[in-house]
Amino acid sequence: MARFGSLELKQRLVTSLVTPEIEALVASIPKPLGSFGYDPWGYNEDTFKVGLGAARLLYDKYFRVTAHGLENIPAEGRVLIVGNHSGQLPMDGVLVGVAAATNPHGPRLARAMIERFFPTVPWLGNFLNALGGVIGDPVNCARMLEMDEAIIVFPEGVRGSGKLYRKRYQLQRFGNGFMHLAMTHRAPIVPVGIVGCEETMPALANLAPVARLLGLPYLPIVPSLLPLPARVYLNFGKPMVFDPAASEHEVSEQVEAVKAELRRLIQVGLDERTSVY
Amino acid sequence: MASRTPAAAKKTVLVTGAAGSLAKRVIARLHGRYHVIAVDFRRKVETDAGIPSYLVELHKRGFEDIFASHKIDAVIHIGRIFAHEKTRQQRYNANVLGCKRLLELCRKYKVGQVMIHSTYFVYGASAYNPALIDEDAPLKASEVTQDLVDSVELESLANIYLWKHPELNITILRPCNVLGPGVRNSMSILLSRKVAPVLLGFSPLMQFLHVDDMTEAMVLAFEANKPGIYNVAPDDYVPYQEAVRQCGCRRLPVLSVPPSLPKLVASMLNWNAFFPPYLINYFKYPVILDGRLFRDTFGWRPRRNLNDIFTYYRKQKLVTD
Repeated sequence: MARFGSLELKQRLVTSLVTPEIEALVASIPKPLGSFGYDPWGYNEDTFKVGLGAARLLYDKYFRVTAHGLENIPAEGRVLIVGNHSGQLPMDGVLVGVAAATNPHGPRLARAMIERFFPTVPWLGNFLNALGGVIGDPVNCARMLEMDEAIIVFPEGVRGSGKLYRKRYQLQRFGNGFMHLAMTHRAPIVPVGIVGCEETMPALANLAPVARLLGLPYLPIVPSLLPLPARVYLNFGKPMVFDPAASEHEVSEQVEAVKAELRRLIQVGLDERTSVY
Repeated sequence: MASRTPAAAKKTVLVTGAAGSLAKRVIARLHGRYHVIAVDFRRKVETDAGIPSYLVELHKRGFEDIFASHKIDAVIHIGRIFAHEKTRQQRYNANVLGCKRLLELCRKYKVGQVMIHSTYFVYGASAYNPALIDEDAPLKASEVTQDLVDSVELESLANIYLWKHPELNITILRPCNVLGPGVRNSMSILLSRKVAPVLLGFSPLMQFLHVDDMTEAMVLAFEANKPGIYNVAPDDYVPYQEAVRQCGCRRLPVLSVPPSLPKLVASMLNWNAFFPPYLINYFKYPVILDGRLFRDTFGWRPRRNLNDIFTYYRKQKLVTD
């Protein structure tokens, strides 16, 4: 009987999150799936709907996101959405994903590249895959671009998300991998400056030795274990298209161009922000 | 379907592992169009009239007599000892040394075509696997466990012969999980059970192929004779725990952390035949194959979908209830 009750509760929760609007949005995203509703990376439409329903609430009510330049995300075709990473937990990825999925100019399923240790965590690994997350392997990325998917990349990786509060809004070192992918597969890069996520979880220090012991990328000392309700500003820039570079030096220069554009977009967000929380 | 070829023009095909369900089907499909010779190490297989059958171990001397007494044109090597059948040493001898001897005999007796049935296990199940693994990916199974070394070595051996001796026309097939009536591999035994172990918090995507579709694939590839290495898999995917449910099994959750725990449980409860300790990682992390090359090269498409496959296991349970 108790089991029946919890089943009903789950069903009620699902129906309250998956609104007709969410249903319509997801239905309008073209995505080939297998007979059980899965793609080769484990994306599942039903899980995605629930996830999007929940994340939509965070997006609208908790972080009160203001997004500009959504028209810059192409409605179809391959694209790399490249942003600055911050806030310890990958809330920025979630919010960019919601912005893309609910884009009035054409909703997209944007796939987040997740940390390599996630698949080893019970439940979480499968759950993130079902939501569209994929480990950030270049082979995966290349294959998805070939299939004309949209991919969210944070080239700073854990260097960006795990940085301390005193380094907020300073871009950390970028890997060049995303630029190689963009050039090889002729994928435009849509930069997105993210403002606000730094303040959701300001880290005062990083307990690196303990993190190493636990096999985590970092372990911050934070004032709150839950993200704080900071207002978030997303500024999407114009698509940047790069020709194949002749040398790694040239690739680095192109990466610098993306970083410069990101700094500009971050500044736009900082300027329009009137209140942090 | 079988064109009437004069007996003299018929080619002779030796099929190993003849006692297995896949080989039986392949033999049935080839019989009539070819002279088929059935070989198995387990038992002398009962065959239709006109199909010579031998009980022989590939790495033992008697094997050469078959080559000496028949003019063999082609070999389809399906026979393999599974890990739960013998010790690691015996398995290595039979699978790796047996395969080496087979290939040597093929050279000596000028066999013009060899097809080798490998497995997707050779890629290894790791958390870092990308999806849609293609044939050029490194074979990392021996990184996962010592018990799959023979599978990887068999492949490397076949690969060496593939490049060194093009006259053998070697085709290596790496199928995903093959299921269906009569199939006795560990996945099929597992899904035939009423209760199937699952790792708590892990439900990797898997690919399944009906044994009749695999037969079709092997016969097609055999007749087309385009040497190379091919994954054989459909472009459909289902999480393991969903497959277990669909097959009508009850799920038996096994603690997955620390990683050594499920291995310990599997070996203590002697689950070797269907949930062996060395395959635990395959129930944790996905190994998803890119089957495009095979599908495009041979124009093959599986005709049975996942539901057709699972229905067999579901119905089988209703019968035995």
